[in-house]
Amino acid sequence: MSETRYTGDHEWVRVESDTATVGITNYAQEQLGDVVFVDLPEAGTNLEKGAEAATVESVKAASEVYAAVSGEVIEVNEALTDEPGLVNSAPEADGWFFKLKLSDPAELDELMDAAAYKDHCAGLD
Amino acid sequence: MRPYIWGWRPTEGVKPPILTEGGQSLRFGDRGGFEPPATQVGGAFEAPEGFVPNPMTDTPTTDTAAATEALPTPLLALHRELGGKLVDFAGYLLPVQYPAGIMAEHKQCRAAAALFDVSHMGQVELKGAAADAALERLVPGELQKLAVGRQRYTFFTNDAGGILDDLIVARLPDRLFVVVNAACKTADIAHLRAHLPDIELKPLTDRALIAVQGPKAVQAVARHAPAATDLTFLSIADMEVAGIPALVSRSGYSGEDGFEISLPAAEAEAVARKLLAEPEVEPAGLGARDSLRLEAGLCLYGHDLTPETTPVEAGLTWAIGKRRREEGGFPGADVVRRQLAEGPPRRRVGLKPEGRAPVREGAALTDSEGKTVGVVTSGGFGPTVGGPVAMGYVSAGLAETGTGLFAEVRGKQLPVTVAGLPFVQQRYAKSSATGGTR
Repeated sequence: MSETRYTGDHEWVRVESDTATVGITNYAQEQLGDVVFVDLPEAGTNLEKGAEAATVESVKAASEVYAAVSGEVIEVNEALTDEPGLVNSAPEADGWFFKLKLSDPAELDELMDAAAYKDHCAGLD
Repeated sequence: MRPYIWGWRPTEGVKPPILTEGGQSLRFGDRGGFEPPATQVGGAFEAPEGFVPNPMTDTPTTDTAAATEALPTPLLALHRELGGKLVDFAGYLLPVQYPAGIMAEHKQCRAAAALFDVSHMGQVELKGAAADAALERLVPGELQKLAVGRQRYTFFTNDAGGILDDLIVARLPDRLFVVVNAACKTADIAHLRAHLPDIELKPLTDRALIAVQGPKAVQAVARHAPAATDLTFLSIADMEVAGIPALVSRSGYSGEDGFEISLPAAEAEAVARKLLAEPEVEPAGLGARDSLRLEAGLCLYGHDLTPETTPVEAGLTWAIGKRRREEGGFPGADVVRRQLAEGPPRRRVGLKPEGRAPVREGAALTDSEGKTVGVVTSGGFGPTVGGPVAMGYVSAGLAETGTGLFAEVRGKQLPVTVAGLPFVQQRYAKSSATGGTR
């Protein structure tokens, strides 16, 4: 069973036991436009919550992706190297960024659920 | 993620842009290209962590919002209707993109035709006896030999030979017509008035400027202005467009064939709608305008050209008339002539990053020993190239095509190669009226 949580900075975190898959939301990719490059962390990197984890580059600008939760990077989405557009076409599925082994699962409680995130986005428009 | 989408991350080593005489900051406009604007209008985005607003180019989003409210162009309602993502650009509310997106808009322009609103740019008329000779006192271009119906690219220089703005000067039967960058226009007009008091100067604030660019622009525009096909690259003439008196030039900022249409603001939306109704034409925003001009190797003022860069360093010596080189008589002529004779200390070059990571403005350039040898002044992704492209300034000895350098991106040294410009061949209609140079 998995559950997806969201940050106010438009990242999603999908949790399965002690592993979290992280990406950016559909709202975020719509705002960014065509993604042309994703600079991913290296496997083995320990990320503190809030640290810079990745950079997503659209045609015009670079945006940082911050670690929504703390943990060790155990896998990155190599498919993004050749096909960064997956972030646009499937942001919350094949366009995932990296997987973390959670070091403090309690941090998940601070994130939003889908309904709260939807309200959050609605408040931005 | 914090998508500071149209921003840039400030990097050390980028020289501050110009100050007006009173120390008031200017936001840079362009010859149409993209300026990372201060405000994501209507958006709710934050700058990246550690983002320090550049007081020269970035407007605070809140406290002085009222004082810096972006102005509408005559096409604002149309941009909204078309779903344009609006930003404050050089003080004007303009679309950075439409729903199609920058990539599609860019490709549309290269494949067919795209319509851009460039009404933010400054349009100025100069009249008076010997206005051409007078204007030559401020620019190094050969204007006295400029034929009626022709236009020429030149730049205002300062006493150090630095570039205050770049502009296009056109000669019409009874006047000179000048187009300057949006963010510089107030300063440019003050500069003209201060130095050319005997010339009658009229800013055309009640006119829009619409660019239709692309290999099929000529077909689309000709349906509404048959006389447009008689123009060749850098020619200009008064003619009706869809029945509206307009001033049409065959020029642009995309590297493609195309037109710029100056027309009364009140008629602009109706004409734009007619042009957009042509099957070849789709709207495009500032984002595509920037990626198009970058691939075409064209400079963006405030970025690739500044008061600290000379025309010789910028590789724009082709725009300095032969007589002007010999006679001087423009601000900074001594510096320019010395650099022409002895070579400049640094040169503007194209830069092709290896790999896929874009290298953006402000990135430091280093040699193989780690010594800083230059800086990137424009950079991004080139949709037609299909990869990252950039330009910047490097020490003159490293400006040769093929030279390997490194660009610092997020603490990593990414290999880049000095490349010839343009990245995408310019396709102007230089010879035949209807064809191109394709």
